[in-house]
Amino acid sequence: MAQIPDNAPLPDNPRRSYRVLLILITVLVAALVAAGGVALLVNILERKQEAKNPFYRVVELTDETEDPALWGKNFPMQYDGYLRTVDQVRTRFGGSEALPRTPTDVDPRSVVAQSRLEEDPRLKIMWAGYAFSRDFREDRGHAYMLEDQTYTERQRVASQPGTCLHCHASVYVPYKRLGDGDLIKGFEKMNQMPYHEARKLVRHPVACIDCHAPDTLQLRVTRPGFIEGIRLLKASQGIKDYDVNTMATRQEMRTFVCGQCHVEYYFKGPEKRLVYPWARGLKVEEILAYYDDEKVKDWIHADTGAEVLKAQHPEFEMWNQGIHARSGVACADCHMPYKREGALKISDHHVRSPLLNIPRACQTCHKWPEAELKARVETIQERTFQMRNLAMDALVDLIGDIKTARMSGKSDAELGVARDFQRKAQFLLDFVEAENSTGFHAPQEAVRILGKSINFSRQGQIALRDMGH
Amino acid sequence: MGKFLKGPTLEGIILGMAIGLITGVGGYTFLYAKGTSYLTNNPEACANCHIMREHYNGWIKSSHRIVAVCNDCHTPSGFFEKYATKASNGFWHSLAFTTGRFPEPLQIKSHNLEITENACRKCHQDIVEAMEGPYPGNIRLSCVRCHNSVGHLE
Repeated sequence: MAQIPDNAPLPDNPRRSYRVLLILITVLVAALVAAGGVALLVNILERKQEAKNPFYRVVELTDETEDPALWGKNFPMQYDGYLRTVDQVRTRFGGSEALPRTPTDVDPRSVVAQSRLEEDPRLKIMWAGYAFSRDFREDRGHAYMLEDQTYTERQRVASQPGTCLHCHASVYVPYKRLGDGDLIKGFEKMNQMPYHEARKLVRHPVACIDCHAPDTLQLRVTRPGFIEGIRLLKASQGIKDYDVNTMATRQEMRTFVCGQCHVEYYFKGPEKRLVYPWARGLKVEEILAYYDDEKVKDWIHADTGAEVLKAQHPEFEMWNQGIHARSGVACADCHMPYKREGALKISDHHVRSPLLNIPRACQTCHKWPEAELKARVETIQERTFQMRNLAMDALVDLIGDIKTARMSGKSDAELGVARDFQRKAQFLLDFVEAENSTGFHAPQEAVRILGKSINFSRQGQIALRDMGH
Repeated sequence: MGKFLKGPTLEGIILGMAIGLITGVGGYTFLYAKGTSYLTNNPEACANCHIMREHYNGWIKSSHRIVAVCNDCHTPSGFFEKYATKASNGFWHSLAFTTGRFPEPLQIKSHNLEITENACRKCHQDIVEAMEGPYPGNIRLSCVRCHNSVGHLE
């Protein structure tokens, strides 16, 4: 109630002013109640409209529509999620932190992720003589894949081929352009270009067209590396001429589109052809055996002279050994779980760690409190991390011993056995280290591999000792 | 008596208009929102709100669709208890759906879970008795922890 100021003229008729006040209050209350009623009515109307699943095609999408923003006009909710992959959030063992940096001419980035080399200097020993010992950072969201590859210091200490863009850019349209409509021809051409030349042909990080057919929006595989890799794998299982785009189930596709890039690979021969080493199978020993057969090495270790390998993000291979894969759960089920937007059910295109989205990612199947589920995951990761540190120490010990033996004048022939143990131990360790789940994708497999790695490192040391170095 | 022969006062007219307006808006909203359907046993009433569509579709495919509708498992027996539960859930669920503030995936609250667990026992009393009965004390097993798809086949 408003205060009546002292100098206000007294109302001539208190009864009349009381009546006026009563009328005003009646009007006000009625107006509020009616407004509330109408607001509820409108809300119900909106909810009913939501249920009508409106989808408007405002842009004609073709097999040449590269720009995700155009797809976003037809699919604003999915596009909105896709844009959110710029978020940088840490989890206990992964994720990234946005660190400010001063832009320079060669590297205009003002924000980067934290350096893993500073977190664990043993990595520099493991990768001595390789570009990874110079710059290796925590991975960030999909939005950054192209700029982080363009500007990493690794580009300046080593010359990279155009092959790298296969997974760091939207290459489907550029490949087809380069190959005059032939995807594989374009792929072969771009592989052989120097990186910075090929870089001019691409414009976007991974985009809609890389996983979706423009007419039906069905999932499809566009990456030659996976098309050929999965064919080799299926052939090893007795399935001839496997064509992923016609033979995979919808649920398999919800994994395969991710497996286009989240895999172990190498560049074959002078053509720098991207090959996924799956001709014998997906297990780490099968991959290593394939590399041994093909005499593949990524570099010569600077300290020991061993011919060593770099494993890179073998999530698809590791996940295939785990219980979720066995239960038919796809990557998208946890990393892009379904969510409700109005009455629409869409898969969440904000691809991220399930730990940042536990209710939708886990609780759909696992009816436990959020804190319990998080604790389960982190228990697995803690155990894996412990083993990883043991394996890392063992490898550093072996590298130190080989280095000492080498300095004391041992010949290549004498060092051969220990070097081979280093190659094995290092690849196995890196297979878990480079895999982005700290063991969660296949917990027992991860510690099994690390256990083997430790054994190889120690066996290498024993071999040197028995040689009497 | 004489009072009513005089014309209506201004307050009377305004009050009448106010009540009429509120009744009109409220009544229309009630009908537009299919308010009367909530007094029935029809499962479609529960799916008036699209948030329940998946549960409704799940029930259609479930083993219990022949023998039970939503109310059989989600409201207690007894007329008064049933409508009290309907009213309370109706209010809180409408509030959540209107404001959009609720966790997803949806999780049943303990009170409603209790109602459902009791509902299992409406029909399956004998078998539950055989499982729980022989033990001393007051142990109570949860049916839906294992049989979670009998009402809604995911």
